[in-house]
Amino acid sequence: MPDIQNSGAPMLEIKNLQAFYGESHVLHGVNLEVRQGEVVTLLGRNGAGKTTTMRSIMGIVGKRTGSITFQGRELIGMAQHKIPRLGIGYVPEERGIFSSLSVDENLVLPPVVKDGGMTVPQIYELFPNLQGRGTTQGTRLSGGEQQMLAIARILRTGATLILLDEPTEGLAPVIIEQIGVAVRKLKQRGFTIVLVEQNFRFASTIADRHYVMEEGHVVDMIHNDQLAQNMDKLHAYLGV
Amino acid sequence: MFELLGVPPQVLFGQLLLGLINGSFYALLSLGLAVIFGMLNVINFAHGALYMIGAFVAWFLLNKLGLGYWWALLLAPATVGLVGVIVEKTLLSRLYKLDHLYGLLLTFGLALIFEGAFRHQFGVSGQPYPIPDALKGGQNLGFMFLPNYRGWVVAASIVVCFGTWFAIERTRLGAYLRAATENPVLVQAFGINVPVMITLTYGFGVALAGLAGVLAAPIYQVSPLMGSNLIIVVFAVVVIGGMGSILGAIVTGLGLGLLEGLTKVFYPEASNIVVFVVMAIVLLIKPAGLFGRER
Repeated sequence: MPDIQNSGAPMLEIKNLQAFYGESHVLHGVNLEVRQGEVVTLLGRNGAGKTTTMRSIMGIVGKRTGSITFQGRELIGMAQHKIPRLGIGYVPEERGIFSSLSVDENLVLPPVVKDGGMTVPQIYELFPNLQGRGTTQGTRLSGGEQQMLAIARILRTGATLILLDEPTEGLAPVIIEQIGVAVRKLKQRGFTIVLVEQNFRFASTIADRHYVMEEGHVVDMIHNDQLAQNMDKLHAYLGV
Repeated sequence: MFELLGVPPQVLFGQLLLGLINGSFYALLSLGLAVIFGMLNVINFAHGALYMIGAFVAWFLLNKLGLGYWWALLLAPATVGLVGVIVEKTLLSRLYKLDHLYGLLLTFGLALIFEGAFRHQFGVSGQPYPIPDALKGGQNLGFMFLPNYRGWVVAASIVVCFGTWFAIERTRLGAYLRAATENPVLVQAFGINVPVMITLTYGFGVALAGLAGVLAAPIYQVSPLMGSNLIIVVFAVVVIGGMGSILGAIVTGLGLGLLEGLTKVFYPEASNIVVFVVMAIVLLIKPAGLFGRER
């Protein structure tokens, strides 16, 4: 996998993406690209369009125009259920743990779409908190454990691109640290990750690059190693 | 001759058996309604008409094609299921974005059309359907006489009901169904074709009604109104059990059948309304139903 990194066409390329929820026009020409093996964050204030960009990739917004290609295949116009089958795993902001399913059932729910996914023992090694909780009702786990489960169930599927929407939201610092460790391990395993974050201190510990979004489009791109020089600019963007 | 609570045992057990048989049909029908409501959020008013169509398919198979009961047991649910798939694909699927009331109105209209068409063709009098040879006769259990066919209906519907419960609550396919009931968008985002699942769920739910129709054909006569007579009670059962609850539909269906039977023994005048009295009480005390969860 590493030999393809930083060579050839990007794994995910978004060009002039417009998205709509009913009458409201939410994304106004998003452009970004993600190369294989990269961890890229989308930063921005609430309502900037980060989550909508994720949902547009998965095909679960009302209407979208422009172009989203994954490994050279156009996703706009593709049947919704075929998009994840290309190898894209989605971890939604609200985590989406099913209350009518046990932890085990939640874990094995997403169908395996490609070879090379992690095995259940490997997943337990990554998230020891989930071990031995198999028969517990999914939503009885703590918020942090639910977040781990939401990530864990995608790792089984063989997805190579993972979309993580605000994995640290509302979690205690010690849990955020655990999730950070897990995401770094996933990066080492060669997963490509797009991460939506409000917490850019967390983002800076794992990302290669940051896209800054404002009012439905990308306004800037900052490499992680140039983050220090760009702090003032970033503070202005994020209003912190 | 000994008596139980002042009632001869033959009378008591006879009515309990009748109650259990009615309960079997309540359970099969309300189970289908529960499965459909859970997944589609549609209150399927056409359920009684589709049960009637199941019985008529059995009657047609026998009288026009010479295919007997056992074939009907297979082909009638398949036919009704196919009707359901067509109805969902061509009509119901257009309504999901509108208020749930439209699904109810559509299926209510379909029920009227189906029943009207059969009434036009067959009138209101019933067509007889014979009990299959293998299930004729009965067993003397000492305290009562059990006709074989009635025993078969109770056993078959209990097996089908709990088989369905097992498939939904304990298998991987059932996990997809439960998950899609909760959050269809996310299940779709995992790569599962939810619209096809919805179509098949509706087809399966109404196929259960078709199966109930075949089971009912030799007991009640095959008539265009057989569905509308039954379906009102079945809706009460669904409300009591809790909308969308699988186990609730089965247990409540059988239980209320028995309760009706008991009422016939001890206070016959109330037997037609006892289900609705229970419904009113349950709605007052536990509006989500005995097994339902607040949404």
